[in-house]
Amino acid sequence: MTILLLAYTFIAGLLGPVPRLPPLQETIRNLYFHVCMWFAMMILFMISLVHSIRYLSTLQPKLDRAARLYAGTGILFGLLGYGTGAIWASFTWADPNIPLLDSFSTIARDPKLIGAAVALLVYAAYMILRDSINDIDKRARISAVYNIFAFVLLFPAIWILPRVLPSLHPGNEGNPALDVENDISADMRIVFYPAVVGWTLLGIWITQLKIRLQVLAGKKFGL
Amino acid sequence: MSHIFSLIKKDLLLELRQQYSFYGLLLYGAATLFLLFMAIESPEANIWNGLFWITQLFICINAVAKAFLQESRGRMLYYFTLNHPTSFILAKLFYNGILMLAMSAISLLFFLVLMGNPVDKMGAFVGMVFLGGFSLSLVFGFLAAIAARAQQNAAVMAIMGFPVIIPQVVLLMRLSSTAFSPLVSIPIPTILLLLALDALVILLAVILFPFLWKD
Repeated sequence: MTILLLAYTFIAGLLGPVPRLPPLQETIRNLYFHVCMWFAMMILFMISLVHSIRYLSTLQPKLDRAARLYAGTGILFGLLGYGTGAIWASFTWADPNIPLLDSFSTIARDPKLIGAAVALLVYAAYMILRDSINDIDKRARISAVYNIFAFVLLFPAIWILPRVLPSLHPGNEGNPALDVENDISADMRIVFYPAVVGWTLLGIWITQLKIRLQVLAGKKFGL
Repeated sequence: MSHIFSLIKKDLLLELRQQYSFYGLLLYGAATLFLLFMAIESPEANIWNGLFWITQLFICINAVAKAFLQESRGRMLYYFTLNHPTSFILAKLFYNGILMLAMSAISLLFFLVLMGNPVDKMGAFVGMVFLGGFSLSLVFGFLAAIAARAQQNAAVMAIMGFPVIIPQVVLLMRLSSTAFSPLVSIPIPTILLLLALDALVILLAVILFPFLWKD
């Protein structure tokens, strides 16, 4: 297990810095960070979902712990995605004549932002639900059920809604779809895909560390 | 199948015998509406639409929450010995659906009386209201089951439910806003999408409820 984790560490460590070297023009560089954050978030939530499903079929507590921690890291990446997105949007979408805070409410109506907000709210609710139950087995089972239910309802909606509602995203090119193949050049794709993998692996690595930390803490207290 | 019907019948009978909860719900809706009536005079069509769906959402939470929360622990155990969990959850969901259809009809009536009538295509709008009420009650019905198992109150249900329900409410609002103007036709794909979501919720409930059930 440790060897596997170390391998993760090296891959993440080597791929992580790659996105920082793209020889391209200015704000588009943010693609390597912003879009990757969302990809990583989605993938982490999916991993969390898989762990929840496996928990329900096997009832092993370690799977539940993994599901919880992957969701936590997913939330972290979602918040980072918002951070990078806000910086990007402040240079591209915001009207320079209006203060940023005033234009926020129009920007926030964008369906992808709504979808992301909904995803974060769902997982925040997942955390609250977990913490509100004292019995460990019950907590694991109920939160796994909620995780699956919420994910299944949420993600089709996230993928459908942006196609139903008008969108500003990606906006500055005037191309209304998250169509990576058409939007970015071959040069960028070379960096973009490894960047997605790199950020995702970084997220997985962080989570694995947290899992190991919890296992050790559990051992220390004799659990 | 007969299990489901007898369970629904049992819930309806309980409802008829303990009418205070139904009237309580009615009063809740009426009081909310009266507050809105005091706050806003004859709102525009889109505000009317938004207010209507938000009111529906809150009525739905209150209506559905009690369906599971009213069952005591002992009684749940009793059901557990009698029924298959699938028929139990289906019965609960459909009972909630029926309750919510009734509440939707009543609150629509209140809305029309108190807030004016900006609706152009009334027949279609009534259909959407029923579809919407039913969809909301399905989602919240399952969440109420989760909240009841977690021994939590309706507030936790709202926390869990609002993010999950947002896409559906957005679709519903978009759909129903087409009923307000005579020029726009009603988008059939959106209706199908909502129906598909309903089917998805029922499917998920049937798959996941057995896990919630066993202790």
